[in-house]
Formats: sequence, structure tokens, C-alpha cells
Amino acid sequence: MVNVVKEALKEKTEIAPKSVSKEKIRVNNLNFYFANKKVHALRNINASIYENRVSAIIGPSGCGKTTLLRCFNRMHDLYPGNKYEGEIILDNMDILSNNVDPIELRSRIGMVFQKPTPFPMSIFDNVAFGLKLMGVNNKTELKDRIERALKNSALWEEVQDRLNGSAFSLSGGQQQRLCIARAIAVEPEVLLFDEPTSALDPISTSKVEELIVELKSKVTVVIVTHNMQQAGRIADFTAFMYLGEIIEFDKTEKLFTNPSHALTEQYITGRFG
Amino acid sequence: MERDSAIGVEVSLPVSQRAKEIKRNGKLVETIFRTSLGFWAIFLGIIFPVAAFFILAKESWLSIKRFGFGFITGTVWDPVALIFGGLPAIYGTLLITFLAVLIATPISIGISIFITELAPKWFKPIVTGAVELLAAIPSIIYGMWGFFVFVPFVAKYVEPFLIGNFSHLPIIGFVFNGIPSGIDAFTTSIVLSVMIIPFMASVAKDSFNMVPPIVKESAYGLGATKWEVMRRVVIPYTASGIAGGLILAIGRAMGETMAVTFLAGNNPQIPKSLFEPLTTITVALANQFTEADTDLYLSSLYYLAIILFVISFFVLVIAKLMVLRLEKRWKVKQI
Amino acid sequence: MEGKADMRRNVIIKRKIISRIFLTISTLAAIYGIFWLFWILSDLFINGFRYIHPSLLTEDMNPAGVEGGGLRAAFVGHLIITFIATIMGVTVGIFAGIFFAEYGRDSRFVQALRNVTDIMVSTPSIVMGALVYAILVKPVGHFISLGGSIALALIMMPVIAITTDEMLKLVPGMMREAAYALGAYRWQIITKVTLRAAKVGILTGVILGIARITGETAPLLFTSFNNNFFETNILKPMASLTVTVFQYTSGPYDYWHEQAWAASLILTMGVLLLSIIAKIIISGVSFTAPFAPILRSLSFIRKFRREE
Repeated sequence: MVNVVKEALKEKTEIAPKSVSKEKIRVNNLNFYFANKKVHALRNINASIYENRVSAIIGPSGCGKTTLLRCFNRMHDLYPGNKYEGEIILDNMDILSNNVDPIELRSRIGMVFQKPTPFPMSIFDNVAFGLKLMGVNNKTELKDRIERALKNSALWEEVQDRLNGSAFSLSGGQQQRLCIARAIAVEPEVLLFDEPTSALDPISTSKVEELIVELKSKVTVVIVTHNMQQAGRIADFTAFMYLGEIIEFDKTEKLFTNPSHALTEQYITGRFG
Repeated sequence: MERDSAIGVEVSLPVSQRAKEIKRNGKLVETIFRTSLGFWAIFLGIIFPVAAFFILAKESWLSIKRFGFGFITGTVWDPVALIFGGLPAIYGTLLITFLAVLIATPISIGISIFITELAPKWFKPIVTGAVELLAAIPSIIYGMWGFFVFVPFVAKYVEPFLIGNFSHLPIIGFVFNGIPSGIDAFTTSIVLSVMIIPFMASVAKDSFNMVPPIVKESAYGLGATKWEVMRRVVIPYTASGIAGGLILAIGRAMGETMAVTFLAGNNPQIPKSLFEPLTTITVALANQFTEADTDLYLSSLYYLAIILFVISFFVLVIAKLMVLRLEKRWKVKQI
Repeated sequence: MEGKADMRRNVIIKRKIISRIFLTISTLAAIYGIFWLFWILSDLFINGFRYIHPSLLTEDMNPAGVEGGGLRAAFVGHLIITFIATIMGVTVGIFAGIFFAEYGRDSRFVQALRNVTDIMVSTPSIVMGALVYAILVKPVGHFISLGGSIALALIMMPVIAITTDEMLKLVPGMMREAAYALGAYRWQIITKVTLRAAKVGILTGVILGIARITGETAPLLFTSFNNNFFETNILKPMASLTVTVFQYTSGPYDYWHEQAWAASLILTMGVLLLSIIAKIIISGVSFTAPFAPILRSLSFIRKFRREE
């Protein structure tokens, strides 16, 4: 298993660049609870997410990786009984504080979900959705930004002559790329991916992975994946989580070839899943 | 791009002033939207039923004051002498409801078994559609058709046979006494049962479909016949759902007006057999409301109405609780 | 040894026979249901068609006992009353339904409201009529068709609220979350995404609601009452199809009975048509599946002829 990941690492042409990247998000002593403090889902999380890099979160089912991801854009606010403790600093601002409006936050931090979620409207309107919310109404500006977003998500050539067609007419892989286009159209600073290729076939998966690697020049990426090889292929940094804690967080190459923690080694060698 | 460097203070977004306006307006619209929708939800869930109860109570107050709870047991309904007792109407409502549900229950379960287990695939939607069409037929049509077609038919062929052969039986024979006029509890219950079959059958069918195939397969795997699987596994499994559907049907049957008005007659007395005309609360209301010439008369009719309202409300609450119990067990709340 | 195996086999045979019997009874139950449908509908069609006449729609009622005349007043009155009821019922129903589905899913209080609304769906409709009589007809002093509309609307509101709630609940949560993730407010998500996704289902609920109140009689009996003359003023009593059928059926004249059959046929066809349209909308092609072989053979014939 480790050998497979090592092979994947060798193929990665773009390893973490030599230039030092600054911290985009800093997580300080984050604790998170479900159901009015009855379930302690995240324990003392401390981590740094670096700007313009891909950071992956891996770990067995139920370890809390998606829970952590959803803290970054305060998705948990939508459901009652959830409680955050600690800080998540985006640039210089604690996004967990009560002064921050989650709705504004979500135009800086975007999210792509596990399953493609096109809205019941045309391809054009799907991508324009976030822009219109922000107040962009100028037709030319809309068209430009949508074209740019679709090009940046490698979908433009396939849909450029049917922008008014329904989003449901696209294949699964295309729909997911549409969701990516939709998320990047508002030009967020951070993009969160929650197992984005788990519902896709291998060819669409590799297209999306290529995309993510390209995107990092423009945004900071945090991706949750249950597929270790995927982390090996595209991530600069990887965090291994277990039972709500970050066990280890390091450059991907180091984590997979020379992990510091025994638990990490057991996971990546397949002793438990 | 403006950034505020102090931690914990809201940062201006790197977007235009216009976007900031939009966010502010968005919040305002959200509050207006939520409040206006919420008002109607509260209207339907609280204001409407409570107001209904109080209005009915106010209208029936005169009669309540005069007769008190004795109204419920009073057997005399005499608009001229201004003596009003609701028992014949209440009894009639309960009687035909009971009989209709008695007939409809096994038939509905049979239909549901047929639809879920026996019908070939192409035939399933036809039977389901037929049952749904039965529900779509307006009740006045049941009444009119019943009056013009079913009543004469029953009066000519069915009732004489039943009266002739069974009325002399010991103990239960009195049930079959009477004149074969066709306007009686017998006819009414049969037609009413046809009207409630769609409700019960669809609840039963949905309940049966909720049973995980694995459960049925384990029963088959032990060598059970199809009927045994239905009787000993599926039906007990879905018992609260079916009971809920049954009680829902009771609620519906009690409130049925037009069909019953044509078939039950207008006899303000407690029927002594299946073949005598009777009255029900809905029949009394339909026939006498516009004829009530005194305040006490109208108020007594409202007394009947509020009794019906309260009884059916409670019956429906029980039905809802039973169905909710079944749903809680087997359905996961989808967000 | 052999006796035991025989006994076991006999028991199995007996159980199989019992199963066969009860399953046959179930099949008979289904036939029983279909039989009633056929009986009622065929009588309705035969008698209705026999007495159907264009004058039914173009003429007004004759004085009692005088043969002939039509039910124009009843048809038009019914349409007006139902139309106004629909406007009131649909708006309130959809508003409440949206609140139940989008704002109330985590609140026990709102779920209780929803459950009470569900109970109001099955409340006796004649009680609604009595209610409106008390709050509108008595104060006004005379029968008023607007009251009939209100009574029908009161029946319609809970029905539509519940179906709207059910349809909105079918929209996948991930679609909503994706909209939130783009920074939208809840009202924006509801109006731009969720309602769009559920609009077919909600429309179906509305059609079924209309079908339901079109067939109602009891709430109109002492609100809009009846009117022998053509009337379009909603502040006056108005004739309606259902009440007219009631009146004519209970009356002594044969021509009244005939007109009642014809009116019933038209009424039933209207209601059934609405129900069938709703079913087709919601299930798309699958509803017409039983007829697919017939349709396919028709197109085959067409193709054959063209090739000639």
C-alpha cells in the first residue's frame, strides 16, 4: 500500500514549491460538539493551511475530516445544537466569532460537495448564481466571468454552445465540474472540497484532480478524501485524522514515506481503515 | 482591498459598496420573508382550529346552557316543542362509521396485499389507479348514484332476501327487521365503506412497501407460505401504520355528509335494526340548518356540529400519533 | 419413519391451500374495488350522456315543475366560487407549506403546527360551512357566495400546505447546502433553488386541491346556498353544480333527475380529468406505461403507411 502511494508521489511533478508560503488559515485549539455538547466531534485541533497550496485531510470513516472541513465555512451553523470552541483565523480574522456573518464568509470560502449538485436552471444561470448574489448584474461582466470560470474548470469547450441548456443534461463528471465552476466564479480565496470525486468515474476523477492542482495558483485548497492515493497525487500537505484529532500534519511526501506517528503508519500501511 | 487587522472585527469584503448594500437588504428581506410565511403557518396550525372551536362553542352556547351534557344522551329531537337531544344523531354517526369501517378494513387489506404481492407488474398501476379514482369521485355523486341506483337495487333484491331469511333468527334476528326500503344503515354503511376503502388501502399499501425485503426474505427462507409471511410478519410489522390508516378512515367517515344524506333517511330516532332509516350529525346539519327557525334550534344544530368537530379531531390526533410512531421507527428524517 | 414424512408433507399441503385461499380472497377484494368503480362510472356515463344537452350550458333554470331549462347559472357560479376559493387557498397553503419545510424542520413547535394542519385536512367539511355561516352569513343577513369560497378555501389551505411541505422535503439537502456555500440567504435559496426544484410537485398538489374542492357540496349548502337566476356578484347567493345536483336529486321532478345525471357526469369528468392530469404531470411517462404497447403499434402503422 505504501509503495503504491510512493509511486503516486514520484509521478507528482509539482511537489511543494521551494518558496515558503504564508499561512492562510490558522486553527487554534478548535473543539467542536454536536447535539448540544453531547458528541465531542473535534478535539483540540491545531493546524495551518498554507496559501496557494493543496492541503488534504485523510483518515478512516468517522474520524471527523468532513466535520472539520465544514467548520471552515461554518456550514454547521445551519443545524441547531452545534457548538464551536476555539479559533479559526482566516488571514487576520477569527471566522468563528459572532461578529462575522457566515453569509459573507461563504463568498470568501467556497465549497464543492461529494455529489454533483446542479441547480434546476441553465448552465449559465448555475455559474451566475453566486455572482448575482454578490450584485454583479452587468451582462458583459457576467458573461466574462462565467466564461473564465468555465475555462478554469475545464468545462468551457464542452458547454460553450449550450449555455442555456439545463444543467441536468450534463454527465456526472461534467456536473461536478460545473459545480466547481460555480464555486470559483465568485473568486473565493479558499476552496473546500468534500470528497469531490467519490461519485465520479476514473476519467472524470483524473480531470477533476488535474483541475485542483491547476487551481491552487489562484486559491488555497483544502480537500477531504478517503482515497490515500488521491492525497498522494495532488496534495502538498496532508493531515491524518483519527477519532476527532489531528494525529499528524506534514508535507505529503514526508507523511507517506516517513510518518512520525505510529498510528499514521498503521493507517497508511492498511492495518486499519 | 480593505482589510481590518484586528481579530474579531468584521472585515470588509474585497467587493463593491453595492455588494454591501445587497447583504444588508438581504438580511431585511430574510426577516420579512420569514415572518410573513410564519404567520400563515401559525394561522393554519393554531389560529384556525382554535378559532373554529370557539366560534362553534359560541354558536352552540344557548343549547349547551339549556341542555348541558344531557344533550348527548337525550333521545328526543323535537323542533316544535323546542326539546333537542343529540343521541339519535350521535348514535347514527357512530353506527354507520363502525359498520363502514368493519366492512372496509378486510377489503382494504386484501386490496393492498393484492397490489403489493400478487398483481403482475403491468396490472399494478391499473388497480392502484382504480382505487385512487374511487377516492376522486365527489361524495355527492356517491349520494346521487346511491339514491337512484343502489337503493332501488338493494330494496328489490338484497334486503327482502336478508329480511326474509334472517329476521326470525333468535337473539340476532332483530337486526334484520324492517321494511326493505333501502334507506337505512345497511345501504349507507356499504356505500360509505366503498368511499373509505381508498384511504385505508393506500395507507396499508404504503406501510407494506416500507417493510425491508430482507425481513420478508428471512421469513420465506424459513419455509413460510406467502400468506403466512403477510399474516405473521408484514401485517404485525406495519400494525401501527395500518391502525393509523384505519383511524384516519374513521375520522373521514364521521364527517361524510352528502352520500349519507341521501341514503340514511331523516329519521330523528335511534334505529332498532339495520333496515330502518336513521339520522346522523351530518345529515341533521345538511337537512335542517336552513330550516332552523328558532335560535335554540340553530344553536342545537351547532351543538351537534361542535360534538362532531371535537370527536373527529381527537380521532384524527390518535391516528396521527400512531402513524408518526411507525414513521419514527422506519424513516430517517431527510434534510 | 415414512408416516412422519407424510404427515409433514400433508401439513405443508394444508398450509399451501390456506395460503391459496387467502390470496384468492385478496384478489377478490381487488376485483370488488374495481367492480364498484365500473358500476358507478358506467351508470354515470350511460345516464349522463343520455340526458346531456347543449342547453344545459346555455340556458338558465326554469321555474320548478316547468320542463327544460339549463344549468348555466350553476356552471358559471361553480367556476366563480371555485376560482376565488383557489386564489385564497393556494396562496395561504403554499406560504404555510414553505414555512413548514424550510424554516420548521428543526423545531418541535413548528412540526406540531404542521401536524395540526394535517389533521385539519380531514375535518368534516360541513363544519366549515357552519363556521362561515356564523362569521359571515349571519352578520350579513343573507346567503353570500363569497362565504362559499371562504369555506372551500378553508378546506383547501391545509391540503395544499401539506402537499407543498412534502414536495419541498423531497428536494435533496445537498442542493440547498451548495447554495448556502455560495453565500445565499435562506429566502434566496428558497425562491431561486428549492421552489424551482419542487415546482412540478407543488403544481400537482394545487391541481389535486382544486379537484377536491370542486366536488364539495356541504360547505356550500348554507353559505353560497343556491340561486335560480344567473348571478355573478360574489356578494349574493350563487348556484353551484354540486348544490344543484343535491337539490335536483332530492326533488320530485323527472326532468330534474335527468339534469342531475348530466350535471354529475360533467362534474365527475372534470374532477377525474384534473386528477389524471396531476398524475401524469408528477409521474411523467411512467403513468402512460400500460398504454405504451398500443402507442408503439400506432406509430409502427404510421411508419408503414409513410413508406408506401
